[in-house]
Amino acid sequence: MPRESKDLAAPSEITPTALSDVEQPPASGLNVALSRLHPGLPVALVALGLAAFLPALVQNTYVVSVAMQVEILMCLALGLNFVVGLCGMLDLGFAAFFAIGSYTTGLLSVDSHWPILATVPVAVVASLIGAVFIGTPTLRLRSDYLAVITLGFGEIIQNIVTNLNQTGGPEGISGIAPLSVAGLTINSTAGYFYVFLVLTVLFTWVSYRVRRSRLGRAWLAIREDEDTAHAMGIKVHRFKLYAYMAGSVYGSITGSLYGAAFIAIAPPSFGFSESLLVVMAVAMGGIGSIWGALLGAGVVIASPEIFRQFATARLLVFGFLLVLIMVLRPQGIWPETGLGLERRARSVARSVRGFARPSTRRSGGRAQ
Amino acid sequence: MTWSVVVPDIVAGLFLGAFLALVAVGYSMVYGILRLINFAHGDFYMLAAFVSYSLLAVVTVGTKINWGNVVWVGIVTMIAGGVLAMAVERLVYRPMRRAAVLSVMIAALGVSQVLENGVLNIPGWGSNYLPFPVTPPSTGFNVDGIHYTWTQVVIVVIAVVLITAVWWIVNRTMLGTAMRAVAQDRAAATLMGINTDRIISLVFFIGGALAGAAAVTSSLYYGQINYLEGFSLGLQAFTAAVMGGIGNVAGAAVGGLLLGILESVGTGLFGAQWALLFAFGALVLTLWLRPTGLLGERVAQRV
Repeated sequence: MPRESKDLAAPSEITPTALSDVEQPPASGLNVALSRLHPGLPVALVALGLAAFLPALVQNTYVVSVAMQVEILMCLALGLNFVVGLCGMLDLGFAAFFAIGSYTTGLLSVDSHWPILATVPVAVVASLIGAVFIGTPTLRLRSDYLAVITLGFGEIIQNIVTNLNQTGGPEGISGIAPLSVAGLTINSTAGYFYVFLVLTVLFTWVSYRVRRSRLGRAWLAIREDEDTAHAMGIKVHRFKLYAYMAGSVYGSITGSLYGAAFIAIAPPSFGFSESLLVVMAVAMGGIGSIWGALLGAGVVIASPEIFRQFATARLLVFGFLLVLIMVLRPQGIWPETGLGLERRARSVARSVRGFARPSTRRSGGRAQ
Repeated sequence: MTWSVVVPDIVAGLFLGAFLALVAVGYSMVYGILRLINFAHGDFYMLAAFVSYSLLAVVTVGTKINWGNVVWVGIVTMIAGGVLAMAVERLVYRPMRRAAVLSVMIAALGVSQVLENGVLNIPGWGSNYLPFPVTPPSTGFNVDGIHYTWTQVVIVVIAVVLITAVWWIVNRTMLGTAMRAVAQDRAAATLMGINTDRIISLVFFIGGALAGAAAVTSSLYYGQINYLEGFSLGLQAFTAAVMGGIGNVAGAAVGGLLLGILESVGTGLFGAQWALLFAFGALVLTLWLRPTGLLGERVAQRV
């Protein structure tokens, strides 16, 4: 089944109608019908089906909790994908929004006894304020400078929550109330596994829709060529800020539920290493690709766990794996198939000898 | 608050700044030529510190410092740092020349993991703070009741000499012209007959060697080493390089010194736990007022 959908992946990624009508083989069966909706859909549904029964199948809390961490990183990676993947801005402080969500929820839950769901909108607003505050002055900077500014923002947030008494200092906050939805209180690891599963599916769907919207196309245009996008009437700075804000919303919602799932939160979970994990997930999976971000999150979390048999050398093995994947497949494990237009342009250029290739080879490449 | 309270902090910051500047120059040069944030650079520094530790541990008898040994260990460590940086470039970054920069950066993170966890798993190195085998003498002089040792003076002098030398190479020699040409436009540089791969190798060597020098001097100064110290120092060095205007040697040096002093003064004024906040706050402010860094050229980004 994956093979078939892969064959279809290229054309129907582009636009559902015009191009795919020409290039798709005669359709038959449910699988193809699903593929026509979206090429990755059959694979995704199978994966989702397996995931839905995971806690029942393995009966192992450790495995379920690792799976839950995978889902959490998936949610974060989907958020960062707006910023890094779609808009092409390198963000090294994404954990800041994760922290803002977690801490807002934690504080409101422990000090004011708010229900978790009621804290989510507050956390979202808080992280949006953070995004606007840091984004407005800095998104005009060169993308490399942006990397270090976001890094600094992440460090500052972690520094603040570590040092303020109100946020519990280095020990953080504990005793966060469990999530309760419609009278149902969720207390178990398996329960939160399902919570994050729902969140992952929701985020994936929203990401997918947004990517195909005017907003998503504007982001992609900015990533491919900022000046051209600007010339086409896209308000570059404003749309960059939107990408940053969209990412912050994902980060903070994930953070809110993270607090509820783990009962206690502490500053080390929100440091630079967490931000790097998210960047790794996005880049390993394939920059800009939604499925890639999901897959990357899985690899980043699962492989160190699998290498646990190597004891202290497990991160050594993980490092080697990381280098190896990036050297052999720099475009990521499941790269973005693109909007197709770029590929078409290249094939046209190839067929017309002497026609300059689209200016892809400037020093550095595109995703800085 | 009077100045006399801040002066010792400024001087202490000068030392941290000297180490930062040495590491930042390497960071900045690599960035300038490949547009790559080389996250492994801080770990070159770390590994070099461990190399110098082992070399000194072998040749040192007792705790008495033998300056002859320190000098040749320093030189060997610099070469080791340079060779390590070159090897990483050759094995990892060169095959990725045509890949998106973000992918190369992730590979750099992988290299950093490999180096850190490699050191962690080597018998005799490991995760503990290791006391450096030699302790420099505390002889020196007093200014305003504060004691400075000759070793500290020598450290700063070494940093200044090395960075000036690199600045001279980059800005005043044929080789440096080639480096700047490669940084500006690799394709055009190739057409002019420059062996770009060799130039890039050389830039990595210089960066690694400076990191090696920083490793030896800072280990002497602080008296202990740890396998995790490289990454955070590398981050600070990167911050310093951006603050000064990334891609040029003088900017990295100025940024390094400034960040070192700011962190030290921040520690003195607000306590160690806020030092980082103070330093990053200064960075944000700098970039806000001067978006290309203190000494950065005003270039329109068109990449």
